[in-house]
Amino acid sequence: MVISAETRAKIDVEIAKYPQRRGGLLPALHLVQKEKGWIAADTARELAEIFGIKVVDVMEVVTFYNMFYDEPQGRHHVHVCTNLPCSLRGARDLLRGLEAHLGIDAGETTKDKRITLGHEECLGACGYAPMMRVDETYHEDLDLAAAKEIVDALK
Amino acid sequence: MGLKVPFVTGYLTEHFGDDAFTTLAGYRARGGYEAARKALSTMTPEAVVTLVKDSGLQGRGGAGFVTGLKWSFMPKTNDKPRYIACNADESEPGSFKDRILMERGAHQMLEGILIGAWAMQAEKTFIYCRGEYAFPGACVRRAIDEAYAAGIFGPSCLGTGFRHDVVLMMGAGAYICGEETGLLESLEGKKGQPRKKPPFPAQYGAFGMPTTVNNVESFSHVRHIINNGPAWFKSIGTEKSPGTTIFGVSGHVARPGLYELPLGTRLDEIVFQHAGGVPNGRKVKGVIPGGVSMPILPVGQLDVPMANEFLRDRKSMLGTGGIMVMDETTCMVRASCVITWFFRDESCGQCTQCREGTGWLNKIVTRLERGAGSMEEIDIQDDGTITIASVNADACNVARKRIEDITAEVEVGRIYEGTVLRLLDFGAIVQVLPGKDGLLHISQIAKERVNQVSDYVKEGQVVRVKVLEADDKGRLRLSMKAAAEDAAAAAAPAPAPSESTPAT
Repeated sequence: MVISAETRAKIDVEIAKYPQRRGGLLPALHLVQKEKGWIAADTARELAEIFGIKVVDVMEVVTFYNMFYDEPQGRHHVHVCTNLPCSLRGARDLLRGLEAHLGIDAGETTKDKRITLGHEECLGACGYAPMMRVDETYHEDLDLAAAKEIVDALK
Repeated sequence: MGLKVPFVTGYLTEHFGDDAFTTLAGYRARGGYEAARKALSTMTPEAVVTLVKDSGLQGRGGAGFVTGLKWSFMPKTNDKPRYIACNADESEPGSFKDRILMERGAHQMLEGILIGAWAMQAEKTFIYCRGEYAFPGACVRRAIDEAYAAGIFGPSCLGTGFRHDVVLMMGAGAYICGEETGLLESLEGKKGQPRKKPPFPAQYGAFGMPTTVNNVESFSHVRHIINNGPAWFKSIGTEKSPGTTIFGVSGHVARPGLYELPLGTRLDEIVFQHAGGVPNGRKVKGVIPGGVSMPILPVGQLDVPMANEFLRDRKSMLGTGGIMVMDETTCMVRASCVITWFFRDESCGQCTQCREGTGWLNKIVTRLERGAGSMEEIDIQDDGTITIASVNADACNVARKRIEDITAEVEVGRIYEGTVLRLLDFGAIVQVLPGKDGLLHISQIAKERVNQVSDYVKEGQVVRVKVLEADDKGRLRLSMKAAAEDAAAAAAPAPAPSESTPAT
């Protein structure tokens, strides 16, 4: 058993909300990922058992959605939106600036596993561009100096 | 994070600056859940459907289908449970209104859901919120918990004996889940790949049960329609598109943000008056009126009222009302790269045309942007027909319009072979590219003085013209004289070609 009893109990609460068991799969993946940071093979196997489906059914869902990870991630996710509205207001320079600041390219994780940097498609902050998502928090109307400060404060 | 209150508010957003409005007590103090009480305790479900249908409310998620009509499609028999899915998967680039409707007005949305649930006699609503919207999702979750604790949802909604439950599901980052059948698949714990229609969701929806999918904003309008009646609702907006909507303005404007305005408000009024126009003294190059899936409007077409019946005439659509403004420094090919990358990245992979095609589109425009493209890369036949294959209407629209832009952006200083459309006393109207015509003034026809335009050109004739100027409304000033001078200048430095000139 790799999923903690606490998370498992929360998964059961979610499953009960849906007319079919599998409706709880996305909520379960969110819960497990919150605990583990990513979805490893043994986690996927246990989820498959919980939902009575095949491991491949779990993995195809994990790999379909951008927010589920099938490999280890940094402790924090820093995602810069680079879609058109943000691009028009300097998102690309912001991302390039953060790449230079952290010494990694978008899609990579810092050596100390502190930050995984990425670019993301529209995050629904078009009027407050450019912006970045740090884990669950939006930081909007950014410039590179402010973004660096936010990133540097991450432990 | 900051407080995101629209710059212009209307009935949907008038209390959004007030923190109390986000709580149940504050919402109730401003008449909250009175419309639901009225509907559930004094109106039959059929009467509610009829009322919403009569109001003419169109879905605000992009397609603009009449909400009440959609509700009427739900089967009336009780052999299967009926469900509602609230589409809170806002992810059309340029759109950020549903997020604010959830952050600042979650109870208003929930009240609309409860009224819809009564109208369709649905037993459960699944609110599908995009995964990245952690904060809006948390606001909705809090509102749901408050509403349950107050007996607004559950076994006896508002004490009426009507049962309705609400479940919030967070998505996990997939644009396609905003498509209603993709959303239903995702609710069922699967990849969000759209289903074939028919059967439509009203017959076979979430978990195989009859389901109606409506957008966050659509639900948010409902309480106001119940409170004030269809006649009031129809008095706002245009005849065919009643009510307000929340326009999101982004890109190159002085005041990007949200504006709640009646449908039918002119695009140029929104861009120039409300959003303050383009900063730094620059001019507008083009505006996308409703999310990146909607074809772009060139300057000169911005006088359009923002409602589908008018935008269709301009071969665009209202979509989600996400207005993206691009100034004259914007490279359209670069913008195409960004947009085609998005569609490539977000292709759900189900159909070959889109999975492969969006990738090729992106490769081609990227090559064009690097200056290494060629016209052959766009499949152009001799008659000028360009063939685009796609199973996804959105991607197809975008591709079509982008190609039109790439091929049809009139460049000042360039020489075109134009067709004379009609003659005027003082010149002629010449079409240089499909849909792009300009004025060839009488003084610009030839070096010598021209007395009669018809002495030099006639209708239907193909002439070589140079584009002298394109003003800020997109009107072109053309010159045959300058085109001829350029040709002469180009020939002048080299000796006049003769038969004896060596071939190599």
